[in-house]
Amino acid sequence: MKAYLFITCLVDTFFPQVGEDMVKVLDRLGVDLEFPEAQTCCGQPAFNSGYRDDARIVAERFINIFDQALKNDQDEDSYIVCPSGSCTTMIKVFYQELFTNDLLLLDKLNYLTSRMYEFSEFLVKVLNRTDLGAEYGGAVTYHDSCHLLRELGVKSEPRQLIEGVKGAELREMEMHDACCGFGGTFSIKFPKVSVSMLDEKIESIVNSGANTVVSCDMGCLMNIDGALSRRGISVKTKHIAELLASRDKEEK
Amino acid sequence: MSFGKVRFEKDSAEAVDNKALQDALVNVTNKFRSARRNASELVPGWEELRTRARDIKRETIDNLDKYLVKLESSVKKAGGHVHWAGDGEEACRIILNIARKNRVKSIVKSKSMATEEIELNKNLERAGIRAVETDLGEYIIQLAGEHPFHIIAPAIHKTKDDISRLFSEKLDIPYLSEPEELTKVAREKLRSEFLNADMGVSGANFGVAETGTVVIVENEGNARMTTTVPRIHVALMGIEKIIPRYEDLSLFLTLLARSATGQKSSTYVSFITGPRRDTDKDGPEEFHLVLLDNGRSRILASEETRESLYCIRCGACLNNCPVYRKAGGHSYGWVYSGPIGAIINPQLMGIDQAPELPFASSLCGACRDVCPVKIDFPKVLLELRQRVVEEKQKDRVGWRSFLEGLAIKTWRIITANVKLYNIALTASYYLQYPLSMGNNKLRSLPYPLSRWTAARDFPAVSRTPFRKRWKDLKQTVGKGGVNIK
Repeated sequence: MKAYLFITCLVDTFFPQVGEDMVKVLDRLGVDLEFPEAQTCCGQPAFNSGYRDDARIVAERFINIFDQALKNDQDEDSYIVCPSGSCTTMIKVFYQELFTNDLLLLDKLNYLTSRMYEFSEFLVKVLNRTDLGAEYGGAVTYHDSCHLLRELGVKSEPRQLIEGVKGAELREMEMHDACCGFGGTFSIKFPKVSVSMLDEKIESIVNSGANTVVSCDMGCLMNIDGALSRRGISVKTKHIAELLASRDKEEK
Repeated sequence: MSFGKVRFEKDSAEAVDNKALQDALVNVTNKFRSARRNASELVPGWEELRTRARDIKRETIDNLDKYLVKLESSVKKAGGHVHWAGDGEEACRIILNIARKNRVKSIVKSKSMATEEIELNKNLERAGIRAVETDLGEYIIQLAGEHPFHIIAPAIHKTKDDISRLFSEKLDIPYLSEPEELTKVAREKLRSEFLNADMGVSGANFGVAETGTVVIVENEGNARMTTTVPRIHVALMGIEKIIPRYEDLSLFLTLLARSATGQKSSTYVSFITGPRRDTDKDGPEEFHLVLLDNGRSRILASEETRESLYCIRCGACLNNCPVYRKAGGHSYGWVYSGPIGAIINPQLMGIDQAPELPFASSLCGACRDVCPVKIDFPKVLLELRQRVVEEKQKDRVGWRSFLEGLAIKTWRIITANVKLYNIALTASYYLQYPLSMGNNKLRSLPYPLSRWTAARDFPAVSRTPFRKRWKDLKQTVGKGGVNIK
């Protein structure tokens, strides 16, 4: 089995550790890994801002890079795996809006879509694994990222994975499925509303009593962590890949 | 308060700073949310009901011309009059003409978003006719000279003290602190209004094409009075409120009451088919249905956003929206607020009047989860965002949108070329250095990221992005990495 990594520009640029941990976890499970080096971004920033022509150029490039990778592959059992519910949504759900008339590209896209998974969903649904031998000390609360939850319908998989971590106790926060206020450029366009939404999220996280908040999207986590860090709140933020890789690290 | 260009950012920022308003918003949205959730969970096959309602709405809106003509003939057959209003001005003129012809001096009104939309009260007043709102919430905001804050709870932003002071000032009575006393005052005032009114103006929750029946749901009984006591009843209905068959009502009433307030049924559901018949003991002598377009056929013409017309105005999207919960109703700048306001205000007002609204959403999709007709809000918002950008590019207005366009173009050129992308990664690392000083968090950044760092730290660009690390990683992976059994 082979997995082509779509690492996302956010992880590539700001959080490479998350990508590295995803690699560790998948490698341990015996998945062959490839990183198509021409990849950059899925195009969501432009698409969500209303610049569809610009998004289309970047999206078409993405489709061609990964289509080529899958096509050159002899392995029938190949997938695209991505450590973000939001970027996976962009490709699996919103790309359809960009290429309504281009049948050749849509054909490639449909194949990509059928092979593509967000990381936690891939582990549970494709690899059928929930216990990865990870260890982590402390109470963990899970933030449902909006795209992963509502566009891809992934709700139980990350929770099963957290429950499979030795030493970690899953403590649901009250507003686990409420948006954290990130929303991409929304956080810059309407900072007062965005931060006010974030305030409630932070309150919910703190009230859960967990020492770590886990999610499957670094967009949400950089927003949440931005406030925790600014306010000096000691709750840690972790991408699920970091949690699942954390057995060979000293983690408290 | 009158309508101008929507200023979402400014108004929402003020709303966020208003502590009393924030408390009210949390209370009302929590209350309605849990009521809706509990009520919908008790209905077997709730999801299927929503799908069926969406299917019916889609078929109806796709064939709106046919159903509207059918409705017209059904209403006429029942003895009513039908009027077609292309826009708000025409609707006001039609209603005014009906009033003048019948020498109407005073009008009672029941709650109707369509009449808010056309600013009927203001227009009647200009012509010398008094129109009094009889729904308690609407009565309050009419006294205050405001627009509804919420589709189904127009005055929820007012505290008890606000209302006590408002009543004392506007009705010339002493300050009353008890809600019961205040309600009693309103009740007495309104009772005499009902008895003196020559005409009642209502909205319509549904108009049944098959029978010409106008259906109105409410909890106070004031709409029942408005439509039966005065000698003339005028119902103003947006053309999208039509449903094909009488039998469809059970489905839509089931969804509406539960989605709106969590009730199994509204306290009053009135079915009005034409004026009083010879055998009836009461009811109006004349019944008029005014069908309002006011931009709706423009929405109809757009296949991408047509589903905006499926809305049955339950308000569930507002109650579930984390943005509405902070920004409140008035930030949306027009009569409709929350997610439904974000999609229909720009389309009905003209997108140049509300260019911020399609962006006033984090696209979280919580609205779609609860919408009784499953409107795909994120999809419509994204489509409208594209239109806003097209408009702005045409007009080349404002330095902010110019900068935004420039930023996106630069981003696209870099992102579409991995060599440039690599250079940009390295360059960003060094450019940020004076601000990060090697730390992994930035506390302050220049505009526009200053809007982020005002209250949040921003992550620093990594010195070794993933693609650099991969060069080492790929040497180590696939060497029989520990396979966990």
